[in-house]
Amino acid sequence: MPVELVRRPEPSRQMVYLSPLIALGITLMAGVVMFQLMGVNSGGALYSFFIAPLTSAYGWAELAVKATPLVLIAVALSIGFRAGVWNIGAEGQLTLGAICGGGIALLLYRVDSLLVLPLILFCGILGGMAWAAIPAFLKTRCNANEILTSLMLTYVATLLLSLLVHGPWRDPHGFNFPQSRVFGDSAILPIIVEGTRLHLGALLALAAVALAWVLMARSIIGFQVKVIGQAPAAGRYAGFRVDRVVWFCLLSAGGAAGLAGIIEVSGPIRQLQPVISPGYGFTAIIVAFVGRLHPLGVLFAGLLLALSYLGGEAAQISLNLPLAVTGVFQGMLLFFLLACDVLIHYRIRFKFKFPRASARA
Amino acid sequence: MQSATPTPQVTPLLSLHGMTKAFPGVVANRQIDLTLQSGEIHALLGENGAGKSTLVKMIYGVLKADAGVMEWMGEVVDIGDPASARGLGIAMVFQHFSLFDSLSVLENIELGMAPGVSRDDLENRIHGISERYGLAVDTSRHVYTLSVGERQLIEIVRCLLQQPKLLVMDEPTSVLTPQEVAGLFATLRRLADEGLAILYISHKLDEIKALCRRATILRGGRVVDSVLVADESAKSLAAKMMGEELQEADLRPAATGAAADADADAIRLEVSRLNLPAGDEFGVNLKNIDLSVRGGEIVGIAGVAGNGQDELLRALNGETPAARADSIRIDGRPCGRDDVNQRRKLGLASIPGERLGHGAVAEISLVENGLLTAFQRLGLVRNGFIRYRAGRRFADSVVERFQVKSNGVGALAASLSGGNLQKFIVGREICQAPSLLIVSQPTWGVDAGAAQTIHIALREMADNGAAIVVISQDLDELVSLSDRIAAICAGSLSALRPTGSVSVEQIGLLMAGADADAAYHSSEVVDAG
Repeated sequence: MPVELVRRPEPSRQMVYLSPLIALGITLMAGVVMFQLMGVNSGGALYSFFIAPLTSAYGWAELAVKATPLVLIAVALSIGFRAGVWNIGAEGQLTLGAICGGGIALLLYRVDSLLVLPLILFCGILGGMAWAAIPAFLKTRCNANEILTSLMLTYVATLLLSLLVHGPWRDPHGFNFPQSRVFGDSAILPIIVEGTRLHLGALLALAAVALAWVLMARSIIGFQVKVIGQAPAAGRYAGFRVDRVVWFCLLSAGGAAGLAGIIEVSGPIRQLQPVISPGYGFTAIIVAFVGRLHPLGVLFAGLLLALSYLGGEAAQISLNLPLAVTGVFQGMLLFFLLACDVLIHYRIRFKFKFPRASARA
Repeated sequence: MQSATPTPQVTPLLSLHGMTKAFPGVVANRQIDLTLQSGEIHALLGENGAGKSTLVKMIYGVLKADAGVMEWMGEVVDIGDPASARGLGIAMVFQHFSLFDSLSVLENIELGMAPGVSRDDLENRIHGISERYGLAVDTSRHVYTLSVGERQLIEIVRCLLQQPKLLVMDEPTSVLTPQEVAGLFATLRRLADEGLAILYISHKLDEIKALCRRATILRGGRVVDSVLVADESAKSLAAKMMGEELQEADLRPAATGAAADADADAIRLEVSRLNLPAGDEFGVNLKNIDLSVRGGEIVGIAGVAGNGQDELLRALNGETPAARADSIRIDGRPCGRDDVNQRRKLGLASIPGERLGHGAVAEISLVENGLLTAFQRLGLVRNGFIRYRAGRRFADSVVERFQVKSNGVGALAASLSGGNLQKFIVGREICQAPSLLIVSQPTWGVDAGAAQTIHIALREMADNGAAIVVISQDLDELVSLSDRIAAICAGSLSALRPTGSVSVEQIGLLMAGADADAAYHSSEVVDAG
């Protein structure tokens, strides 16, 4: 092979934190090339993608609305990623949260009580946890790879939601559209800024960031997560139960994703539909890595990726670009980030066949 | 330095002039000169970190020198990679072998050969070499069935197939029993007689006295001397290697004091008929382990690496619980089924042989590495939250008592040198004042000063009434430190004998799996050098 990767003795500390910004820069440059190839004015396209959505207060509120589920899920996923628990089924856990919380909301849609909202949020969390408990059980009992099980369960979850809204939970007065009733007022998350869609969920996401930060920096379970992720043998030597950490990681991520799911349906959507998320559970994986698996980093990365959703919608409307541009930008960001990380830990050595041995000096 | 070197008329096989290599933050080799004649066994002597490995890596083309000139048979050469080194006739046997467990010996050797050699031809050449030098090699066996010593033979045969002029051996005896060492030395002498030059890297002075003609001594990346071995004593070599005379420490148990208490004499650890199947196919099954250790006593367990030492440590410290509770008793209490934390509560502490990844985590601070095992016994966690201030005080006290050199307790474990990290890990356990300590390879890869600090600390603990089990590959360490000794081989442990009543040869036989009767009644005197 003419090219090989050589491990660097000591990866640069600064670069570890700079790499998300470098990756963002390269993504924008690649975006320019992409727009040029599509025959679109790249300056205008980038403006309408990344700047225009933030020129109004409403735009900022929309950004927060989109960032809420991303941050909520990513903050919990990054705990698992630190422990080496690769839960990539957050999308399914989100869907189950929406189904469980939304089901209760539909059941109680005539009930007018302050307790309805906490109840459905709680049920949403439980639903996400239950869905994540399946891969946790399979991993700890049968050593089944959680990447596969959690991912496959995502498709089960979306089909289950589809089945419910096409069938038993379909709105009887909905002209046969596959969607549920609109929830009762007491099951709707209150708006916190008048004239926008910014809802209470955003504050819950902020609380999750603070909670995760404290947990990772100060608690013994956070310490166990770090140790087991970096050196499982040292974790066992210390007496930490690996199984327990696996359960903790999956249940907390499942709970957070479930909460994000019920927040989506009880906040912006207000009913159950076949599709309730534009892939927040998958995008949150990107958010977690761009945020360097740190709660504060995840907060900023969540806002950035939320912007890519807003920008995608804006570009669709103003420039007639396909919505897939959003996915392309997200994918490029992750790709360049991972590429940066590889180059932080390894350097490239080119091996050309020069006769070097016993060359006379 | 030239003084001791007889200036020969013939061109040296290899001569190095001013070899220098710097890594970020440290100059590993500074202006190293060395000459080597054909047919000479030349020792490269130095403590860990003295720069021996760096130097041979440059000779073998793994590292590139920053400055310096290398002459091979009188001509200046630039060795860019190991393939060119092999092309010149330089072969190297590494400390860690590069063999595939699931392939046969022949297949392994074939992999390293240039394509186009027929299998029969290769097999004939292997047989030729193994007969000529008395290296018993069965080419059809799979590597995973071979002992570490046998694996090393294969590496040597593989090197000899290239018909090298220079053979570099990096600490070859650390994995061998005394008998295997004697066999290896006979082979090396034979090879040297036929004109092969051997560069022999070691820090074991007795071996160098027995084997080598000249020695180049490195310290802190510089050549401190180049001597004729016959003119030196082991003591004078040690002084040159370490730069100071190490005071011989008294590691015998204190005659009076706590050890004399009735309490200290009680049996602290009792293992009876412990059987433990290995977790994976490359592990070792522990078979019928019997062991009892009293307070105030240090018990040594010798053995060649990979004979169940790791498994034994994990079985004793609770990482792999046993099937029966009564197969392990601590202070009389059955605890075979207990986990790590439960056994810790009974007063047990352990130190694994592998520092980074088992005994400590590289990318967390010393404070956090201190918490790793101390959080429970020292009450460093309250309501699920870590008391970092108390943890910092604990780490500070370990660093101070064991003179760990670091940039403060906030430094990452990975930033410490091997010796300092080992002092921290040993200190972390000792500062928790356990009544029973299981320690594996306490001074592996540690310089002599740190090794002595650790040895003294262990003896002090025993004198204060603790029971200590030391698992080590270093026989000298075990002989000087332990009160009673046994050997582990293929997962079986021999009966404990008072250290004074057995010879090194007898322990060597036990390490190789001889049964106790044969070992203790053997009249065979083995020439260890």
